[in-house]
Amino acid sequence: MPKRFDYSQGLPNPIILREEILKKYPPKLAKKRAKAIVINDPDVEQEIMANVRTAPGIITQRGCTYAGCKGVVLGPTRDIINLVHGPIGCSFYAWLTRRNQTRPAEGEDNFMTYAFSTDMQDENIVFGGEAKLKEAVREAYEIFKPKAIGIFSTCPVGLIGDDVHSVARDMKAELGINIFGFSCEGYRGVSQSAGHHIANNGVFKNVVGLNDRPREGKFQVNLLGEYNIGGDAFEIERLFEEAGITLISTFSGNSTIKSMEYAHTADLNMVMCHRSINYIAEMMEEKYGIPWIKVSFVGAESTCKSLRKIADFFGDTELKAKVEEIIVREMAKVSAIKDEIKPRVEGKVAMMFVGGSRAHHYQDLFSELGIHVVSAGYEFAHRDDYEGRKVIPNIKIDADTRNIEELTVTKDEEHFRDDLVTKKAELVKLGYEFKNYDGMMPDMKKNSLVIDDVNHWETEKLIEFYKPDIFCAGIKEKYVVQKLGVPLKQLHSYDYGGPYTCFDGAVNFYLEMERMLATNIWKLIDAPWKNESELVGSLAIEQY
Amino acid sequence: MRKIAIYGKGGIGKSTTTQNTVAGLVEAGFNVKVVGCDPKADSTRLLLGGLAQKTVLDTLREEGEDIDLEDIVKIGYGGVRCVESGGPEPGVGCAGRGIITSINLLEQLGAWDEKYKIDYTFYDVLGDVVCGGFAMPIREGKAEEIYIVVSGEMMAMYAANNICKGISKYAQAGTVRLGGLICNSRKVDNEREMIEELARQLGTKMIHFVPRDNMVQRAEINRKTVIEFDPSHSQADEYRALSKAINENTQFVIPKPLAMEELETLLIDFGIVN
Repeated sequence: MPKRFDYSQGLPNPIILREEILKKYPPKLAKKRAKAIVINDPDVEQEIMANVRTAPGIITQRGCTYAGCKGVVLGPTRDIINLVHGPIGCSFYAWLTRRNQTRPAEGEDNFMTYAFSTDMQDENIVFGGEAKLKEAVREAYEIFKPKAIGIFSTCPVGLIGDDVHSVARDMKAELGINIFGFSCEGYRGVSQSAGHHIANNGVFKNVVGLNDRPREGKFQVNLLGEYNIGGDAFEIERLFEEAGITLISTFSGNSTIKSMEYAHTADLNMVMCHRSINYIAEMMEEKYGIPWIKVSFVGAESTCKSLRKIADFFGDTELKAKVEEIIVREMAKVSAIKDEIKPRVEGKVAMMFVGGSRAHHYQDLFSELGIHVVSAGYEFAHRDDYEGRKVIPNIKIDADTRNIEELTVTKDEEHFRDDLVTKKAELVKLGYEFKNYDGMMPDMKKNSLVIDDVNHWETEKLIEFYKPDIFCAGIKEKYVVQKLGVPLKQLHSYDYGGPYTCFDGAVNFYLEMERMLATNIWKLIDAPWKNESELVGSLAIEQY
Repeated sequence: MRKIAIYGKGGIGKSTTTQNTVAGLVEAGFNVKVVGCDPKADSTRLLLGGLAQKTVLDTLREEGEDIDLEDIVKIGYGGVRCVESGGPEPGVGCAGRGIITSINLLEQLGAWDEKYKIDYTFYDVLGDVVCGGFAMPIREGKAEEIYIVVSGEMMAMYAANNICKGISKYAQAGTVRLGGLICNSRKVDNEREMIEELARQLGTKMIHFVPRDNMVQRAEINRKTVIEFDPSHSQADEYRALSKAINENTQFVIPKPLAMEELETLLIDFGIVN
């Protein structure tokens, strides 16, 4: 095993590591994986293979389509009953595991603490489960009187052909509340990403635009692709409030179906997780003329940048002044703590394999602390999240993508905002960037190793090669990595921590990194037999 | 006890052939059980004199797990023990899963208990082996002998070949074997020779050639097997011969399914050349 590299002179070229990883695979698989493992060069346009089915037998990080639809996108919305049509496990093991927080007002509905399931039995598989689903919808309505019910299909539903959409239609007519279904069977896509798309379509089709609301603020925005893990959204909301920015709706951290219904009254859509939510942003622009921008509130610098970008969009002097005031005040606080912590963690080595945008966003926090990100990759992202939206026209449309409904969106003449279209055109002339995301790769250092859909074998080799000080991933990877003597920070659920967004969140993250990195405890976990001499004993057999 | 499953293309006459054969075995003094594995639940109609049977799955649904064997086993012609699995309405649910549930329940209830002294169990299975559920009788050794009902029509032979693929797959891991082809004649040219050749190429034999006779239809209208309806008719003797051949059969093989081209060549050789 090589000694640890000197990272102060730039990152080592990982060509040997890449070869070693690929050598182990059968030729056909090696050819496939080679396309998903790229040695980054930010000055060159490089292509990476992403959003392609994982080869069977590989221990992948990926989740299923149902998880993406029910768990990620609709999961954090508190006033809808998310009813899972399927065997109980799909519901039980998806119950509150993402640590989405929510803050209902006094007396307001909050169903997130419940797990709703039709609890399909053998009999429902044999004879079809539609009758039981209807019963479950009625029962949920009787008990909770919700404003809306979403029905989520698990694998067997697609296999036996239960029509959740017709059940939703019937029950909507019967109960008079908004009820809609999602064909988000687990096997339907390459990963949870398909579920995000299906959820976007469903919410756009069945929720957005249902209600109007009179203007309440000067600067009305939606926040898309923020899921309030560990209270992230609360941080952002607090900043907006102080700055005088009115948050109409979020998709979907700390959100309500009610607010999504009038999301079309916003002036601007801000996209945080590009992968999971860009579909709604695109469709809202087509239908209502609301432009969208990419933002990130992960990292103090990114937060400043994003706040300024919003202020620039509205072009209001007062707003700009307020934003600058907040930035000066908060950055003073953040810098003081950062300056104290940075010397203790600077030069450490991190790698992160998570999500469809988190692996990118969190690099900002690490670079603020002077920690090297040597390798990173997404679990379920597409090529545009790596290489930037400019590659979208060149992405090959495969059968898996065709499997997902593509909505035809037409202009809503009544609600279309011509003023926003004009505003956008003016700003574009000034160099303001709309609907743009350059992806992760241009922001990563030369020779960093970019890996899509990293697997168990590759993880072990990465750790052996780079000897990182911290590894960021999820619960499935956590204990394997920690057994190798490397601390793992979960960037899905934040373990028990967070929030990590905006200024206070950045401070939280710095402190967490200090806690995890400024200790040697992980170096002490080698198994005793690795250091001690072999145990010798003798076997005595009793004679009869 | 010999455990037999009858497969074949839909509409080929599996249920009719099974029940007439069973009647022959009963006449010869054997104790037989018939398990219908078709959601239509019409596999025991001729033995019971009508669709008088409550299916396993309906009973399970209405009465829960607490079921007595007597609720689902009806005694038919000559003491044949008749069971129908049943299943969902067309286009709903999963009939294959239903068969699995049903057979498991029968076993759990002791349907094959020693005290019934059953010599033969026949599984009459719907159509082609469309999915894992319908392959249930040939998985896990539920059935060990398969007979495929076939005719000289191309699609019937194609289905027979497909079923052989299923058998050879499960035969590698288990005890299931092919017992032979039963030709249920459609009066196709060179039918007997063609099916004999198909059987030879599959590595098995044509166990009997059942000629086409309107007597079968007449007996069916009267909800009876030919043997019960008109015991002295020549067609009754054909079914007696078939049941005798099955009873005396000792040739059980793992079939070698044909490639598509081989099957087509066979059809051309026997069908068009003459």
